[in-house]
Amino acid sequence: MATRRQFIRISAMGAGAVMAGAAGIRLLGSGLTDGQKATLAALTGRTPTYCEVCFWKCAGWVYRDEKGSIKKIIGNSEDQNCNGRFCPRGTGGVGMYHDEDRLRKPLIRTDDRGTQSFREATWEEAFDYIAEKIKVISAEHGPECIALFTHGSGGKYFSTLLRALGSPHIAAPSYAQCRGPREVAFQATFGEALDSPEPLDIRDTKCLVLIGSHLGENMHNGQVQEMSDAIDKGATIITVDPRFSTAAGKSKYWLPIKPATDLALLLAWINVIISEELYDKPYVEKYTYGFEYLKEHVKNMTPEWAYGITTIDPTVIRETAREMANAAPAVIVHPGRHVTWYGDDTQRLRAVAILNALLGSWGRRGGFFRTETFALPEPPHPAYPTPKRTWRTEFPDLYKLADTVLANGVCDATVPDPSRNCKFQAWIVNGTNLMETLPNQENTLKAIQALQLLVVVDTMPMEITGWADVVLPECTYLERYDDLRVGPHRKPQIALRSPAAEPSYDTKPAFYMARELAKRLGVIEYFPFEKMEDQLDWQLKQVGSSLDEMKKIGVKTFDRTADDLYFYPDENVEFYTATGKIELYSTALEGAGFDPMPKYTAHEEPPAGFYRLNYGRAPMHTFSRTSNNPNLTDLMDENSVWVNPRVAKEWGLSTGQYVHLVNQDGKRSEFPIKVRVTERIRWDSVYMVHGFGHQEKKLRRCYGKGASDTNLITKVLVDPLMGGTGMRGNFVTFVTDLAGEEVVS
Amino acid sequence: MNEELIISGRENLMVDPQLHIWHWPIPLYLFLGGLAAGVLFFAALYYLLGKEEQYRAAVRRVPFIAPVALVLGLAALFYDLNHKAFFWQLYTTIRIQSPMSWGAWTLLVITTASFIWCALHIREFFPRWDWKYKWLKDIEVFFNKNKKPLAWVILIFAIITGVYTGILLSAFNARPLWNTSVLGPLFLASGLSAGAASIVLASKNREERLLFTKIDLIILGTELFLIVHMFMGFLASTQVQQEAAQLFLGGPYTMVFWIFVVVLGIIIPGVLDLMELWGKHIPALIPGVLVLMGSFAFRFVFVFAGQVSRWLY
Amino acid sequence: MRYAMAVDTKKCVGCSDCVVACQTENNVPIGFCRDWVVEVTDGTYPQLEIELRSERCNHCANAPCVRCCPTGASHIVEGGIVLVKPNKCIGCGACIASCPYDARYPHPKGYVDKCTFCIHRVKEGMKPACVAVCPTKCMYFGDLDDPNSEVSVILKKRKSKTLIPEAGTQPQLYFLI
Repeated sequence: MATRRQFIRISAMGAGAVMAGAAGIRLLGSGLTDGQKATLAALTGRTPTYCEVCFWKCAGWVYRDEKGSIKKIIGNSEDQNCNGRFCPRGTGGVGMYHDEDRLRKPLIRTDDRGTQSFREATWEEAFDYIAEKIKVISAEHGPECIALFTHGSGGKYFSTLLRALGSPHIAAPSYAQCRGPREVAFQATFGEALDSPEPLDIRDTKCLVLIGSHLGENMHNGQVQEMSDAIDKGATIITVDPRFSTAAGKSKYWLPIKPATDLALLLAWINVIISEELYDKPYVEKYTYGFEYLKEHVKNMTPEWAYGITTIDPTVIRETAREMANAAPAVIVHPGRHVTWYGDDTQRLRAVAILNALLGSWGRRGGFFRTETFALPEPPHPAYPTPKRTWRTEFPDLYKLADTVLANGVCDATVPDPSRNCKFQAWIVNGTNLMETLPNQENTLKAIQALQLLVVVDTMPMEITGWADVVLPECTYLERYDDLRVGPHRKPQIALRSPAAEPSYDTKPAFYMARELAKRLGVIEYFPFEKMEDQLDWQLKQVGSSLDEMKKIGVKTFDRTADDLYFYPDENVEFYTATGKIELYSTALEGAGFDPMPKYTAHEEPPAGFYRLNYGRAPMHTFSRTSNNPNLTDLMDENSVWVNPRVAKEWGLSTGQYVHLVNQDGKRSEFPIKVRVTERIRWDSVYMVHGFGHQEKKLRRCYGKGASDTNLITKVLVDPLMGGTGMRGNFVTFVTDLAGEEVVS
Repeated sequence: MNEELIISGRENLMVDPQLHIWHWPIPLYLFLGGLAAGVLFFAALYYLLGKEEQYRAAVRRVPFIAPVALVLGLAALFYDLNHKAFFWQLYTTIRIQSPMSWGAWTLLVITTASFIWCALHIREFFPRWDWKYKWLKDIEVFFNKNKKPLAWVILIFAIITGVYTGILLSAFNARPLWNTSVLGPLFLASGLSAGAASIVLASKNREERLLFTKIDLIILGTELFLIVHMFMGFLASTQVQQEAAQLFLGGPYTMVFWIFVVVLGIIIPGVLDLMELWGKHIPALIPGVLVLMGSFAFRFVFVFAGQVSRWLY
Repeated sequence: MRYAMAVDTKKCVGCSDCVVACQTENNVPIGFCRDWVVEVTDGTYPQLEIELRSERCNHCANAPCVRCCPTGASHIVEGGIVLVKPNKCIGCGACIASCPYDARYPHPKGYVDKCTFCIHRVKEGMKPACVAVCPTKCMYFGDLDDPNSEVSVILKKRKSKTLIPEAGTQPQLYFLI
């Protein structure tokens, strides 16, 4: 029986329909042609998208100006990732579309790699060229010798292509160069990886502990927003960082730790929480495994012990541990995101996970919530063929806990080596500038030189395109459809990306490229829909929506299947670990032959006259991807090297002066970098923002500006558990004599 | 250590890293305006004192500099405008609180008056000058009859123009270096001394030269007094004004100010003037040119340094 | 009516989103900005403090730029918003020199440009673009004459300051400290 409220709603809808009809009649009578009407609608309308400037993928609306040109992007208020507020990079995403340095036409190499000798080609030519090469490589070496590196939405379609051909090698630098150790550690502890966006209930937390995470400088939008909410609510923030980060400036406690000693601090915190019995006893008893082992393990790891290592005052270690316990379970020891630092990163993140477990924050309000991801049916296609071999066979007994393809693993396996039989022969690189992403550039180049085919798909002439055999110019996210965004969050949501403009120049969406290649390679049945919009409409109709509806709303929110954002009191939770419990003592690590509980090991320290090279993010840039974006270079067009005044005095450095940096292996920065003398950095390290010092002249706005940290990271500390590439074990010194060198500014 | 940074990459042209909205045409314009004011002031003054015949150069000949200087000055001002096509908007309103506005009107009056004054004395240079048209002749007759009121207008507006070039700057409290009421009298004095120096340079009459050398000396002394006065004011004032004074007391403008403005522009010509009065024969060219250059340098230094002085960052 | 803005220096992270949002909203040419972010660090390692301020035109109640404008191009409209009429502006630069906050700049087209408090949005009942976009929600905008407006409420609740009030401009951009 319809209630009165429903009746009113139905009536209102009826009235609305009548009015829309009347408006339609008026429009018809106004003498506009259909074309004119379409233009008018396009001009006044807004189109939904989700952002591609970083991995957070906030959903928003693209607005055009009177001339129909893309003008601005504003967050969709329904979206949980952004709550209607884009970050500077998302707002500046328009610059990606307007950048006049964009790749414009498909390019085919005419000379040696690295010589920038390309000819413009038609799409047909480029596709034929690639398909021909892939056919030969597949026949000779097997399809497994084709690998994909991806950090972008378009990777999805190339991934389908590769799997259809029979290669499992889909690698994302976001794993082994970024958050891999964290995922492995949380998997080992709670039986679940954290994924993206992380399920952190920051808005309701009473205590946020940031250890090496510079939230606010990394603009992980939702988290920055919630940190601000937490500040409003009076939450305590504890920041551990050798640098006085922006977040440290908002913290009740800033622990200016000696670099590379975080694990000792974490263990000391665990020690205090156990020895002072501050842990959540019922929670630990009910949900965890191995508490007694842990207690025994950390027995001697007292704050006094940690003081000698970390230089943090023992009373501060105790006080901060008590702050956490007082706030528990509404406390978050932030797991961070870019955590590949010293090669023992999985173990450090294990300590973070254990600390959270002791405080009972997992599954609790103000701690870690349980996410839900919307289940969207995939378009129907035949089963993928089973690959005959994988990269893993090339690394026996190594990286046993890696649960995905390692970008650096594929790279290493590509470098000719008599001990390996599967050499990779072809790479497809989509939306990731491997030259700036993978440490040890020399090694990357060795691998590239050994390839038979390197296809790069990008919107910008990034350094990696210079090494490609074929460059495929992708249109930006503002000019294409992509798969629906179905990331995990408090509520299941889907978000649509639809084009706000026709692709500029001769660019195409990745979907089209992958499908055209699939056509030529005889695997078209894996791409049942000719157009992305048809696939989206089909998918949406399976779940009771449609493309038309999504174009109007952009984001659709669904109810959770269960009201289980947090654990119920006394809920019996089954964790996906071997013991079914939160493993303080990890059986998985033990089984793989690693320490079941984290141990502190000392890391190499800078030699005299050298300083540890730390790097991080600026809120207005995403990796090296945005450094040529006109709107964002306007905010920051070069990086600087932060130097403590004591060090500056010793070297006679002053703010604004340009210097070269040289690392422990004699590697010199390609370009000089500006000095910033600041109290915000410790005397034993220097700091710079990642993503500058571009060497590709076609990037006219950012070429030669600032220095590249990747360039100076020649020493890589590999995590034996999962192959993560630790990048914070490099040390640099200054060269102040630029000897007439020209500074690009 | 205190570190203050704009971290959003602000690089507004002509504003960052430090204000530079006014370029060389502005001090040039201020100098030419001041010079014209000085020249016209003495012309009108000695005419009104009934000394037209005695001081012919001052009253009749030197004023010919004025319209040329004013037109050049206005051209320089126009050149430095960023939105030139809308120049005429200046003359659609009078805004009493805006020195720029009443200055524009003042310039209109004084430029017109200076042209008329010169027209009345054109036969000084072209004895057989003929205006050809009757209406022009009528105008000449009219102003010859009313030369006294005209001289009064010139006298008053010359003072306003001279003061205005200083007030234009001193009205900006955003630029601590400019923000001193001494600047009006100082600019007037500088303009008058430039005017007096021009007369000394142009006059062939020894009596006239000596008179204007005396006048010049008095004005230079006054200038020196005003400069000392100005620094005393700055140093006894707020922090930003103390900092502004430092631009000349050890800061980047120290050398150019003390050497070109004070020593070469005031002290040396003053000493030379004194020697001339004591009977030593000094070529008039040297102190005259030095005073003009000093007056010019003074405006340059002040316009440029003033833009550097600031409250923030 | 008296429009004003308050910026919470304790929440601002200096991301400069306000700057780029203003740029795209108001067609501010690349290379120029109407708002900017200042970071002030005080102290010696490890005893340090940071203040972050998103700054823009202060829409001063006693605006020197309006006073010194020779044509009336710079003017104040209802609510105290200081604006420039491009077609009255001669680009003399007097207002730029008169602003102790350096909040104005010469637009490449010749006239002087500055923050408008997004009056076109405010008229429609929206917030200025910078306020609407800020990920930390550190900006508050509204009518000071309305005691219930967002900005009045926060200014009552929190301690605040203005920049160089001693310049006598009566600035209307408040910083919560």
